[in-house]
Amino acid sequence: MNFFSTLSEKPWLATNTPQPAPAINAITLLNYQKRIALKFFLAVVTVIFSLFIITFLERSQFPDFQALAGQPWQPLSDPWRLWLNTGLLVAASAAMQLALHYAKHERRGVVLVATGVALVLTVQFILAQLWVWSLLNDLGYYLASNPANSYFYLFTAVHGVHLIGGLLVLAWVFISLSRRPAADAQQSWARVGGNLKLCANYWHYLLGIWFVLFALLTSSAETYQLLAALCGF
Amino acid sequence: MTHTAIAEQIDELHDPSSFITRYIWSQDHKVIAVQYAITAILVGLVALVLSGLMRLQLGFPDSFDFIDPASYLQFVTMHGMIMVIYLLTALLLGGFGNYLIPLMIGARDMVFPYLNMLSFWMYLLSVLVLMSSFFISGGPTGAGWTLYPPQAILAGTPGYNGGIILMLVSLAIFIVAFTMGGLNYVTTILQARTHGMTLMRMPLSIWGIFVATILGLLAFPALLVSAIMMLLDKLAGTSFFMPAIVSLGESLDYNGGSPVLFQHLFWFFGHPEVYIVALPAFGMVSDVLSVHARKNIFGYRMMVWAIVAIGGLSFIVWAHHMYVSGMNPVFGFFFATTTLIIAIPTAIKVYNWVLTLWRGNIRLTTPMLFAIGFIFTFTHGGLTGLFLGNVVIDLPLSDTYFVVAHFHMVMGVSPIMVLFAAIYHWFPLVSGKMLHTGLGKTHFWITFLGTYAIYLPMHYLGFLGVPRRYYSMAGTDFIPESAQTLNAGITVSAIIVGVAQLLFIINVLITLRSKKRTVHNPWEASSLEWQTPQMPPVHGNWGPKLPIVHRWAYDYCVPGAVEDFTPQNVPVDAAHLSEGEAEAQGDRS
Repeated sequence: MNFFSTLSEKPWLATNTPQPAPAINAITLLNYQKRIALKFFLAVVTVIFSLFIITFLERSQFPDFQALAGQPWQPLSDPWRLWLNTGLLVAASAAMQLALHYAKHERRGVVLVATGVALVLTVQFILAQLWVWSLLNDLGYYLASNPANSYFYLFTAVHGVHLIGGLLVLAWVFISLSRRPAADAQQSWARVGGNLKLCANYWHYLLGIWFVLFALLTSSAETYQLLAALCGF
Repeated sequence: MTHTAIAEQIDELHDPSSFITRYIWSQDHKVIAVQYAITAILVGLVALVLSGLMRLQLGFPDSFDFIDPASYLQFVTMHGMIMVIYLLTALLLGGFGNYLIPLMIGARDMVFPYLNMLSFWMYLLSVLVLMSSFFISGGPTGAGWTLYPPQAILAGTPGYNGGIILMLVSLAIFIVAFTMGGLNYVTTILQARTHGMTLMRMPLSIWGIFVATILGLLAFPALLVSAIMMLLDKLAGTSFFMPAIVSLGESLDYNGGSPVLFQHLFWFFGHPEVYIVALPAFGMVSDVLSVHARKNIFGYRMMVWAIVAIGGLSFIVWAHHMYVSGMNPVFGFFFATTTLIIAIPTAIKVYNWVLTLWRGNIRLTTPMLFAIGFIFTFTHGGLTGLFLGNVVIDLPLSDTYFVVAHFHMVMGVSPIMVLFAAIYHWFPLVSGKMLHTGLGKTHFWITFLGTYAIYLPMHYLGFLGVPRRYYSMAGTDFIPESAQTLNAGITVSAIIVGVAQLLFIINVLITLRSKKRTVHNPWEASSLEWQTPQMPPVHGNWGPKLPIVHRWAYDYCVPGAVEDFTPQNVPVDAAHLSEGEAEAQGDRS
């Protein structure tokens, strides 16, 4: 659809609308509607993270801000734990894609396993993030002791909450898939495939957001200065 | 845009099977709309009473023992927040959005009815959380509806502990509720329009609701982000917004935070919020004016473009609320420019409303009176906005009663006029009964003239420099005695207007108790919501077959047409007289 040509239509010209064409399949339509809703939801999520990031860049230019990376003694200068966690989320995302792929071929067993693996890996990612929290805390990097610490906990928490929301939906998809008899053919697979596609898209998107957060949180003070300058701070 | 009517495909229409599923846990958009509306109106009445209490103190200082400086600030804060968020946003989008979207686009329901139901219950929860702050130790927050840090969370401000926490939590829950509802509205409008209902055949009400919902989805996150960060500042001792500060002689642990950062976030939400309220009101008033003037809306396409343009521009004007915040002065001129630019599409809308009335066959019904009243109040409030949009004029007027008068005219009275126009207009559709005309017109005149009696003098108080949010002005040298006389007059007017709203409530109650039913489509409107087989529409709205749309929603007094209005679902051939009939009609006239 061309948005501008739509907006330049002349609605005062009445025309007889022909009878509607045969309706498309109900599940297909519902999946399509869910995808539209997900796109808008991801726009909302994007705004949330963008605003957090902008406040981070602004706050990073205040003298009390001490970046968590950049110098060898800073805790995220060698972020191997975060790389490990990232690997878990990448693997979860890949498992989601695998589940989606096999859902198209209606391979119920493989889809169940892949979805289960994605669930477990994502839970592991969240636990591993909590592990990083605990380590930072043990090193004296408390939530309120520096704005850089505050943002680390805030970013990871907000990202984790979004993942937990996704986990609830994925768990529901997993349960409904495990209960549904394999003989429930076409309609059932269309529904499962649609839901898995939504979950996969959500996972990939949150993975993308994590990459951005990871890069941001492990950058040096000079990088923040440059980014803040680009934003006009 | 691909769009296919949902009803022909979806086999489950979540039919209610008991009283509970019909009226309590209902998934029907009409019931949810009424639930939203009743909750919003009830909480709005609380806010109305709070404003009356404020006015009592301002009009007759120190006459009422139960109003002290702390409670006064709490009244101000809760009045503002409830009116803007929990009444106007909820009623316009949750109430009218829910009711009108499926009916006006020819759908059976929202595309995600269960999510829609959850949206209402989350909204109710947010209201309950907010109201609970009246009953906790310290009471609700008195930080002002803008909740600016650092004072919002520091000792000395009323409700700085539980009050502000409950306010922020309530707002967060409200935003979740709004997001659930908003995703439904946009997806339904994009995906569930009936056959023939192209985007440009949608009534302007739907365009207004559609764009306002997108604004809400993109703007409310800013409030959510600021609420989360302020909660952390309050509860965990972080310093996102809190600078190094000495409070009541005690040095606090905060360090280096930026209060101005909060203001940017707040107004990045706050200004689009004006249009989240205004755009649905613009749309609905356009439809009411067109129906009761028996004329097509003037410049439909321009009206749609203006709605879209206002929606876009509303995201780049926020800092005109912050000219005195200490931000970079250069920004002020940028935001003054964008503010003046947004006045252009807004003015186009006002001209088009007036031109819709021009040479119309105007029926001065109650909804029409409120709609015309809106044109006055909105123009008035809009023009004072041009004053405040300019940096040099805003600086001396900032934080005075001029600002209070401006935003009450543009964002308080104007949407309320539209809400009343809409309620009087669509009440027959919702209930099958017509509100009493005499009571309605009395209600209008007292409200319309009364609000002018309240807000016109306030502009003058602003010019005198009377500051807003002050509990008492006694002994201030630059404020003359006459200001107090004006304040007393304003208070009397406010109480009269407040009490006059009982007329509306009485009207609704009397009408609902009456057994007299109105005719189908009593206003002879051509938009789709009036063309349902039953009035009020039943569950599923359209009976066995969805309507097919052949025209826009504004075919009134079309030359050669059979009647002076042609519903959207009437085919072209059936709507026009034959040549002989047209000649005969010409002879008669």
